[in-house]
This record gives sequence, structure tokens and C-alpha cells, in this order.
Amino acid sequence: MKFLAYLISGISLGSVYAIIALGYTMVYGIAKMLNFAHGDVIMIGGYISFIAANYLGLPTLVSVIVAMAVCTILGVVIEGLAYRPLRSAPSLAVLITAIGVSYLLQNSALLIWGANPKSYTPVVSGTLHLFDGQLTISYVSLLTIVACIVIMIALTLFTGRTKMGKAMRACSEDKGAAQLMGINVNRTISLTFAIGSALAAIAGALLCSFSPTLMPTTGSMPGIKAFTAAVFGGIGSIPGAFLGGILLGVIESLARGYISTQLSNSIVFAVLIVVLLVRPAGLLGKYVPEKV
Amino acid sequence: MLLEVDNINVYYGAIHAIKGISFHVEEGEIVTLIGANGAGKTTTLNTISGLLRSKTGDVKFHDRSITHIPAHSVVKEGLALVPEGRRIFLQMTVEENLEMGAFSRSNAEIAGSLEQVYELFPRLEERRRQIAGTLSGGEQQMLAMGRALMSKPKLMMLDEPSMGLAPILVEQVFDIIRSLHKAGTTILLVEQNAQMALSIADRAYVLENGHISLSGTGKELAQSEQVRKAYLGG
Repeated sequence: MKFLAYLISGISLGSVYAIIALGYTMVYGIAKMLNFAHGDVIMIGGYISFIAANYLGLPTLVSVIVAMAVCTILGVVIEGLAYRPLRSAPSLAVLITAIGVSYLLQNSALLIWGANPKSYTPVVSGTLHLFDGQLTISYVSLLTIVACIVIMIALTLFTGRTKMGKAMRACSEDKGAAQLMGINVNRTISLTFAIGSALAAIAGALLCSFSPTLMPTTGSMPGIKAFTAAVFGGIGSIPGAFLGGILLGVIESLARGYISTQLSNSIVFAVLIVVLLVRPAGLLGKYVPEKV
Repeated sequence: MLLEVDNINVYYGAIHAIKGISFHVEEGEIVTLIGANGAGKTTTLNTISGLLRSKTGDVKFHDRSITHIPAHSVVKEGLALVPEGRRIFLQMTVEENLEMGAFSRSNAEIAGSLEQVYELFPRLEERRRQIAGTLSGGEQQMLAMGRALMSKPKLMMLDEPSMGLAPILVEQVFDIIRSLHKAGTTILLVEQNAQMALSIADRAYVLENGHISLSGTGKELAQSEQVRKAYLGG
């Protein structure tokens, strides 16, 4: 029963990682860049939904939608101002810019909302008691798992069935050829940032519902872990982000439960190193040799 | 005049790749650009389609300047490029590739064009649900051509369509070019296979180190001493 509890908490934690990892992996797939500011968009999403719910008194669902809207605009603006001018610059320049944007967001949050942690009100409260109370699952956990599944299905349908979704795949394969088809590559990249950032807002609300202390660095560690999850599953692959996120969450939860709370992060990253030694492109990633 | 290229100059950083090229294509013609590797043939086509920018001069299509419009808008003007190396979307299905070719058109129009392309390339219809990366080289070339046709181009530019294909497939590709031409599409063809290209071209230009060294009808150039020596093996 203990194992089942750890497993479920791992899957729900992993679901949050998966939702964040989708943002990393979609952006990497199309723009071939690591958007290290993605974790901080989660934090901004957390603050916006916090303010919308606590100061403006909006219902929870509405406050999350407000956060999604703000993060979508933020993501598109970041892409347009910081990354688009560097489209043909060396990838190191883009990477450093992303790190710069990450610090900019963190410090802006510090300036606006201060360093004191805010106490986030979970989006749903209460727990489910099963097997005569031997197994308790919080509703937040269930909601997170359901949200992750719904998002996965929606994204799969979007990229597989819709014209814009297919255009996104075309751009991630060959931007030049995509342009020859009449696809506006810049607009498609903006759309990808928009989707990733909207998902980050959802992840922010869920994350803060798990651990309700909200501060300007809240997004950093989950951001790095979700990035790890994206690499673990195979960066650029949407099912890979899902699988990587869930596995990472489960490994972390089991390590915390059976081995040591302090060591759980080390164990997670050790597993990542081993997996990448065996499968350099990640679990579902395709290893594509560079053509010369 | 359908296409008019006037004094374009294209640079790759400090390298001056295209040095003041001017040529034109009339409606209904097959025009070919021939020349050795690195002469600037691909660069010329990529500049016309908007993927590269010229520092000077002008490219006019239907007497309208298209020099400064983005590549993704050029195709809407009725100009399609079948790029060098085909560049089909290898991880997408055959039909998805064709759909992408008609990206700027409405869904209702796509259905009709899809039928036409399948009629021209029955092989593609058989493999419509297959991932494009699993097609053979010849089939991939057919897909690249079919994809370009999906935009209903008035002018179709083909960059080395015979590259890497077995002789029998080269024949097939040129047959298709002929039938497209017969159906009313104007063709601008870039080829290293000068013999084949000159045999179907109304007019031809020879590119050498980024400028045009010779021009004339296909027949004239095929018989020219200079061309025979340099490109037709004596």
C-alpha cells in the first residue's frame, strides 16, 4: 500500500514535470534552442493566478485562465524581443540570452512581489480515502494527472490533425522547405511559445498547489527537472516529454520514499546520466547523425 | 514576361556568389540554367524564391517586384520551387507532405489538387499513408514535385531533379516535366545533366562563377563548341 501511495504521488509529480517538459521539448523541436526562461514563466504563472484569486477575488478556474493568458503573451513577447533577433546567431548566444531572460524574470518578480514567500491556496483541496483510509490521494494529485492526460491528447490531436499543427512539424524538420510551402516560420515559432507558455501557467498553478510556497525562484528547480525529463524522454519528442516526465516523477518519489529525501534529486540525475550513456538521444528520441 | 531577373548580386558573408545575373522566362517556356558545381545555379533559384536576398537589382514576377517579399509569400504569387535534394518532410506521411504544399490554399481547393497529383503520380496514392522517409529516391523526387504542384504554380522551378537518380528514373522525371509543361506550367530548370536539360529547353543560360557566360536556344547551346567541351563531355 505504501508502494502504491509513492507511485501515485510520483505519477502526479511527474505529470507536472511532463506539462513543463512539453514547453521545453516543443520549443526545442522547432526553434532548436533551450529556453531556460521556461521555468520562470511557470513562476510568473503562479504569481498571476495567486493575485487573480487572492487580491481580485476571481474564482480559481478563472484565475488560472487569466494566468494562461498573461503567460501566453509573455512567452510570445520574450520570443519576439529576445530570441527572434538571434535566429541566425550561434546557439551559444541564444543560450546565454535565455539564461539572461531567466534572471530578468526572477528579478522582476523580486522587485514586484518581494522576497517573502506567498502562501498559495491550492486549486482544489481535500483528499480521497481508499481501502479504509489506508491509501489517501489528494484531489490535487488526481487533477494533475487528469490535466496532463487531457493536455497530451489535445496536443497529439493538434500536431497530427490540424493544419497549423502539421505546419509546426514541418518547420521543426526543415524551416527552408516549410517557407517554400508558404508557411510563416516566425509565426509558427510564436505559436509554439504561446502554447508552451500557456501550459507553463497551468503547471505553475498545479505546482504551487502541491507545495504552496510561492517565491521568485519557485520555477527554477522544477524547470531544470522538467528539462531533464525532456532530455530523458528524447528532446523534441512530445510523447518523450510525457514519458520522461512521468518516469522522473516516479523515480524521484520512490527514491524519496525508500532511500532518502535528501538524496532523491541526486538519484534522479544519476539515473538520467545512466540512461543517456545507453541511449544518447533519450528514451524516445531519434538519433540523427549529422549529414556532411 | 513571366519572370524577369535583373542584375541580382548575392553574397554569402564575404563571398560574392552571384555577380550581376540578369535573365528572363516567358510564359509557356522551358528555360534551363546549366553550369558546373558552385556556379551559382541553386543560389539563383533560392534568391528568386526569397530564401536568400539580393543586395542589388530586382526580381519581377508578372511585372510585379517580388524582391522584398518574404519566402512564404512568394509561393502565393504562383511560384513554386522543388529544392535541391528534394527536402521533403521525411517524418511526415506522403499525404501530409502534399497538404503542406498547398498550405496557403483553402481545404476545398486542396482536395481537387490532391486528386490531380495522384493522377499524375499513382505511386504516391498507393503510399499516401506511408512516412515519406521510407520512400525510394525516385519516389521522393515525385513527392517533391507533387508537393510543389499542390500550390498550383504558374512557374515551377526545379533544382537538380535528376540528382542521384538511376538513368531510367531520370527519363521518367523529364517525361513528367514535359507533361507539366504541356499542361500549361512554365518551367525554370536547373541541371547538371546538361544534355538532358538542353534537349527539352526552349532557351538556356550557362552559369559560370556567378555570372552568365552564354545564352541561346536549347538547340544552339547543345551544338555550341564551348558548351560541348565544358559540359557535354566533348
